Amino acid sequence: MKRSLFRRLAPFLRPYLGALSLLFLLVLASNLLSLAAPLLSGWAVDAVGVHTGGVDFPGVFRNVLGMLACYGLSALLQYLVSARLIRVGQGISRDLRRAAFARMSQLPVEYFDTHPAGDLISRICYDVDTVNATLSTDLLQLVTSVLTVAGSLVMLLALSPRLSCVFLVTVPLSMALTSFQMKRLHPLFRRRSGALGALNGFAEERVDRQRAIRTYGVEAADLRQFEEKNDEASQAYYRADWASASLGPSVRFINDASLAAISMFGAMLYLGGALTLGSLSSFVLYSRKFSGPIREAANLLGELQSSAAAAERILDLLDTAEEPGDRPGALPAKKLRGEISFDHVTFGYDPAQPVLRDFTAHIPAGSLTAVVGATGAGKTTLVSLLLRFYCPQSGAITIDDVPVEDYRRDELRRRMALVLQETWLFGGTIAENIAYGTPGATREQIVAAAKAARIHRFITALPQGYDTVLTDGGDGISKGQRQLLAIARCLLSDADIVILDEATSNVDTETERAISEALEQLRRGRTCFVIAHRLATIQNADRILVLADGTLAEEGRHEDLLSAGGVYAGLYDAQWTRDT
Amino acid sequence: MRTVMGYLLPYRVRVACGVALKFLAAVLELELPLLLAYIIDVCVPSGDRGAIARAGLAMMALAFGGAFCNITGNRMAAWVSMEVTRRLRRDLYQKTESLSCAQLDGFSVSSLVSRLTNDTYHVHQMFDKVQRGGIRAPMLVLGGLILTFWISPPLALVQLAVCALTFFTIFAVTRRGIPRYTAAQTAVDDVVRILRENAAGVRVVKAMACQDRERERFAAANEAARRAEEDAGCVMAAANPLTGFFLNTGLVLVILVGAFRVNDGVMDAGQIVGFLSYFALIQNATLGIAKVFVMVSKGAASAHRIEAVLTAPEDQRPQEGGPAAPWELGMENASFSYLGVEKDLDGASFTLRKGETLGILGPTGSGKTTLVSLLLRLYDADGGIVWVGGRDVKSRERRELGGRFGVVFQHEALLNDSVYENISFLRGLSREAVIAAAKTAQAWEFIQTLPRGLDTQVDIRGANLSGGQRQRLLIARALAAKPGILVLDSADSALDYRTAAELRRALRRDFPGVTLVIISERVASLQDADRILVLEEGRITHQGPHETLLRDCPRYRDIARLQMGGARL
Repeated sequence: MKRSLFRRLAPFLRPYLGALSLLFLLVLASNLLSLAAPLLSGWAVDAVGVHTGGVDFPGVFRNVLGMLACYGLSALLQYLVSARLIRVGQGISRDLRRAAFARMSQLPVEYFDTHPAGDLISRICYDVDTVNATLSTDLLQLVTSVLTVAGSLVMLLALSPRLSCVFLVTVPLSMALTSFQMKRLHPLFRRRSGALGALNGFAEERVDRQRAIRTYGVEAADLRQFEEKNDEASQAYYRADWASASLGPSVRFINDASLAAISMFGAMLYLGGALTLGSLSSFVLYSRKFSGPIREAANLLGELQSSAAAAERILDLLDTAEEPGDRPGALPAKKLRGEISFDHVTFGYDPAQPVLRDFTAHIPAGSLTAVVGATGAGKTTLVSLLLRFYCPQSGAITIDDVPVEDYRRDELRRRMALVLQETWLFGGTIAENIAYGTPGATREQIVAAAKAARIHRFITALPQGYDTVLTDGGDGISKGQRQLLAIARCLLSDADIVILDEATSNVDTETERAISEALEQLRRGRTCFVIAHRLATIQNADRILVLADGTLAEEGRHEDLLSAGGVYAGLYDAQWTRDT
Repeated sequence: MRTVMGYLLPYRVRVACGVALKFLAAVLELELPLLLAYIIDVCVPSGDRGAIARAGLAMMALAFGGAFCNITGNRMAAWVSMEVTRRLRRDLYQKTESLSCAQLDGFSVSSLVSRLTNDTYHVHQMFDKVQRGGIRAPMLVLGGLILTFWISPPLALVQLAVCALTFFTIFAVTRRGIPRYTAAQTAVDDVVRILRENAAGVRVVKAMACQDRERERFAAANEAARRAEEDAGCVMAAANPLTGFFLNTGLVLVILVGAFRVNDGVMDAGQIVGFLSYFALIQNATLGIAKVFVMVSKGAASAHRIEAVLTAPEDQRPQEGGPAAPWELGMENASFSYLGVEKDLDGASFTLRKGETLGILGPTGSGKTTLVSLLLRLYDADGGIVWVGGRDVKSRERRELGGRFGVVFQHEALLNDSVYENISFLRGLSREAVIAAAKTAQAWEFIQTLPRGLDTQVDIRGANLSGGQRQRLLIARALAAKPGILVLDSADSALDYRTAAELRRALRRDFPGVTLVIISERVASLQDADRILVLEEGRITHQGPHETLLRDCPRYRDIARLQMGGARL
């Protein structure tokens, strides 16, 4: 793991440092106990002796009981350590996920327009999981291995410093080899995580488009594209696997070679009289004890690599720039009159392609203002700017004569209620969905809002009524009904400004008539900003803004615009012209 | 498990080679201690330095051979696992594509995605780990057991009993662990769901300034996931210490039984020492088997989920249908219910000849989209007959229907791909055909103003386009392959009246003979249809051309009057 990565992870490890150091002591104790047991078994075997009928049974029993105690205690400690470590690992994962989600909720909307949900999910769930596996199991093994190696090394040095020189060659060699391989593996594992993320993103998108895919009978082409991504991910996986396959065995080889060297030199030393046979056999035994953990550790390094790649992806998400915060001294937005003005606003998602050009308009407080215009004229963009999803490249938008940037962003947004083209529902009950944005709403208030939005009858017809849980984002609910729910949501909130973005386009005409009655109620004391295509519904608007090519082409009341015979009149006539 | 295991079959030779290599590597490595013993027991007492050097070099050679075999074996295992998973994932995707819509609803989209990603990943891990470690460990246990029986059958029986107890423990712990892992998976699914909802609803969440509430909602699911995973982990954490303790108790028993047998003069103390060293070998190998066992049970759970999809019966096979009829589109008493509770479409009957236009009008939830879904054979009618091109749709392959229709669905989202690919939609159409379709769909004008024209990348869910632009791209997609039947389900909802009117004009000009089905809330879009169906609660209440409906259907008359301002009926 790169140091910088470790330093970036450190804030998440810090709260658990106390628990981790305690665990370290427990691991130490458990290892000492398991090292002591073989000693006792040796004494027990000594107590058995070599003579028939001459077994020292009290001695055997004493040592055997000691062994049982050692093993029992060691097992207990081992359990405590792993259980505790799982708790720590899970705690860290939870903190990571929480931090990642907190960051995600502060990201600007364009992040979600350009990053597939599948990739975000892949980072917050699967990558955190990978890091967790390392924290809760691999790390323990690594510590145990290091302890065993250190213990054995001490014994080896005590037995024969000269013979230990062999390790002066082999241990640095293993380390160099591993660090070289790690460096080589790192990009491969990063590519592997990336390719799997891309595959997940693709699968997310396409499984959701199955209806269109089968309607056009393009399964084969779709499958080919999937295969491409699948092959890419499989290849990346294999390349990382192929490269890491040599990690364990090559370290093991160095280790085994050092065993061979020790056997040879040890035997020579013995023949030269520099070593006793007993010491040689102990030395060999300990150096074999040495090799197991080293082997384990080398195998773990592969896992650590994939963990490092995963951790990087999470930390990168955490480092993504969030929406600009409130400027210092931002004004509270408690209660607004709702006077909105756009002053020479120019904006384009891509600055080179302005959607709005020098747009100026004034919306008096408490008015019903409608925006009409051909598709793509910039109507929805006006709403995005008003909500501060984006900032205009030039010009200013003010509410109650204060630039929108000077308000506290979240408070400002809370003063506006909106119904968008696509209604968003979440996996909760219908009542919770309606009360979204109005915490603490009573059931009576919810029902009243649903009645006003003419969705009450639909809801009560469901088996669980208002407590019906919507699954899969309310998949079973038609677009029109979804919009009625959004309208109920909007009716319930105490917002000062109501924004309806093509809100009536998917509700049938009868429902639309009912809604316009409800909206009449909602309008009282609020500024109402409507984007609609059914000109019939906005005939009674106080003011109609006609957008064309990103600028205000006309404005006025319905009758005035009609008699002016401009863009609006053209749009209006189009709705009942028989095409023949 | 059998279906998934079947994927290994074509690679049996490679698997066998890989396993043989791992086997060879183990044998070579086991030779090392033997040579070591040879140096200490034979060469050293005889003082033969040449023999020592030769044995040492032989050890090096063996170590090198072992490393070589292991690396090659690992790589073969990695290749086979990769190849098997790749094919499995491909077949799973292909199967997903062939599921009927009813089956898709049954599995649910998110669950299918998780099977394609998460579960195939677990299976990959299982194949890899089993090939790499699954042979060595059992081999060592078996070999060790045989050798110990050779040394002392009674002691070996002690060992056998301990091994049995160990496996029983592993089994018992895993059996408690697996349901907890499943519960943990469900808890994680909730976390994923909230993530997905937040990615999709970012504008609403932000507009309502509900980030704090979302964070709370996420925190609750996150905490539940942590608790469930911790619960599962703590149960499984008992496996290693318990089995270790049992195995060590076996060691104690061996010494104890050995002591009595030495006392009775039926065995040597030296044999106990030899026995103990084998015991340690078996102990380690048993723990290795336990690890593989856990891996296999996790992988098996995933394999089951994958198999449930792979072995799903093929729905909607062509069957003998009703009599042929001269209708391009039609229904006779067709009924359908999504959930089997309430009829979403109830006894629909209508007919339409080639080149005619059908309009459908009705309130939200009245069965308009259901009717279209039956025509496309996305679902099969529960009763009655549905005709397409003069034949009962049940007698047709679904694929066969695919090429006939161009459809704009109500809920459709664009692909995160180029504008061209969104119109061509995987059909590899020529740029000319795509441009022509875009022109008819009134989309060409705005496409030209995009920074890279047809090659402009469309953001996820078409976020960089306006609602009306998205809708026109979908219409262009429906037109691009010049279908015989065109279905526009609320395709004009985001279009202004003028664009909608121009679209209708262009359709008539460029697609003179097309059979058209228009679902719309706008009377203006429907008034020229040869036949208009008025739907209410799943039933067709009235049908006929505009003028007839104006006269006979009060509801239609009301709607028309409302929309047209009552001015010029």
